[in-house]
Amino acid sequence: MEKEVLNVRNLNVQFDSEQILKNISFKVDRGEVLVILGPNGAGKTTLLRALLGLIPYTGKVSWKTKNISYLPPQELIQREYLPPLTIEEFFKFKKVSKEKILEIFKEVGLPVDLLKRRFGALSTGQFQRMLIAWALVDDPEVLLFDEIIYGVDIGGKETIYSLLHKFWEQRNLTILMVTHDLSVVWEHADNVLCLNKKKICYGEPKKILTLKNLEETYGGGIKFYKHKHG
Amino acid sequence: MGAFIGAAAGYLGSLMVTKRTALMGCSLGHLTIPGITLALLYGFDVSLGALLFLAFGIVLIWLFERRTKLPMEALTAVVFASSVAVAFLYLPEEETKIALLGNISQISLLTTIIIAILSLAVFLVSRRIFSDMVLMSVSEDLAKARGINVGKTNFIYLICIALTVALGVRIVGGLLTAALVAIPACTSRNFSRNLSQYSYGGMIFGSLACVIGIIAFKITGLDAGLLVIITSAIFFLISLLFVRKH
Repeated sequence: MEKEVLNVRNLNVQFDSEQILKNISFKVDRGEVLVILGPNGAGKTTLLRALLGLIPYTGKVSWKTKNISYLPPQELIQREYLPPLTIEEFFKFKKVSKEKILEIFKEVGLPVDLLKRRFGALSTGQFQRMLIAWALVDDPEVLLFDEIIYGVDIGGKETIYSLLHKFWEQRNLTILMVTHDLSVVWEHADNVLCLNKKKICYGEPKKILTLKNLEETYGGGIKFYKHKHG
Repeated sequence: MGAFIGAAAGYLGSLMVTKRTALMGCSLGHLTIPGITLALLYGFDVSLGALLFLAFGIVLIWLFERRTKLPMEALTAVVFASSVAVAFLYLPEEETKIALLGNISQISLLTTIIIAILSLAVFLVSRRIFSDMVLMSVSEDLAKARGINVGKTNFIYLICIALTVALGVRIVGGLLTAALVAIPACTSRNFSRNLSQYSYGGMIFGSLACVIGIIAFKITGLDAGLLVIITSAIFFLISLLFVRKH
């Protein structure tokens, strides 16, 4: 099995006359966690969509696997005004067995009776766990997450990241994750890609997350606050 | 015949309500009126006339949209209002009611068989794209990432709507086709616990409304289309007693 799972070379995305992404190149190895950082409008979501071939692009995107699962930003997932879709029916879209669904529900810590609940009737925390379960139920090799912790409090956020970390360890998953949350980078990322229409920096967080790079990514005004634990 | 059209329209209607395109049935229904007019003037099948004009109208709207970039719904209003105005210039007064409210009194066995086959085809194709369409409603990106061809699926969906409207004008005319798709789906939604109950419920309520409406027409001699819609509306009113919290 090849070490490399994704290779991106000179990726460009343009909508009408606006250049959204310019000459992005990077690679991802199997079992790696890559965090994509950047301010709003930096092209993070566009990058994931281009990697999946959901939008037109120029350049080269080479996946060494087809077994990829993707979760779009939560604001792009409709929960209101849907038909009476139950969670079980939502999972059936993936054509997996009931046993498989029950197994993954147990692993993400969701009660089985939730399967009969309607799609829009879950709390934010339950909904996020359910989406993680949905993403993992057909045993993907690669996970692409876009702002998975949107609208969650600090406790909920930690739970979601711990859950992802558990699956990453157990299944040797490759994870590409878009987030605004710098703490995730320090705790979970092998590599980080800082984006603001173009690649600002790419590499190990400890080496490349310098004040200069962060200022260039977020447009200045960044400060590090050091504090001592008592 | 009514049972088949009602079933197909009710099943597809559950998708149309989900996609919030139920009123498209109304606009497209109006678009059929010039086609019905031509069919009545030259003595050919009204569904065929309706289908031809629907195809013509949809292409016209598509061309206008490409040229002007105006919203599709606004252009649909432009095309259907203009075509209805032109149609009524030529439509003899005695035929007006048929064009607006439908007529099922003179339908041959062959026509009935063709309608049954087409309705069955609409149902089977709608059933095939149903889960893809619902996933597209949840998130188009999620659907695309699952390998669903969104453009192709939407196109098939539009063809199903066009066929259903063309068949539906036989029973309820060009004026009330939206009711044929929307009311059974809304009724079913009030009763259902899940997607399966919802879609098949739409089919059952659509079919039942048509059958009861047509039986009422045989007994009373009143317009079948109106009786079908009134029956459907009564089912909806009853369903309000069983509304499930979403």
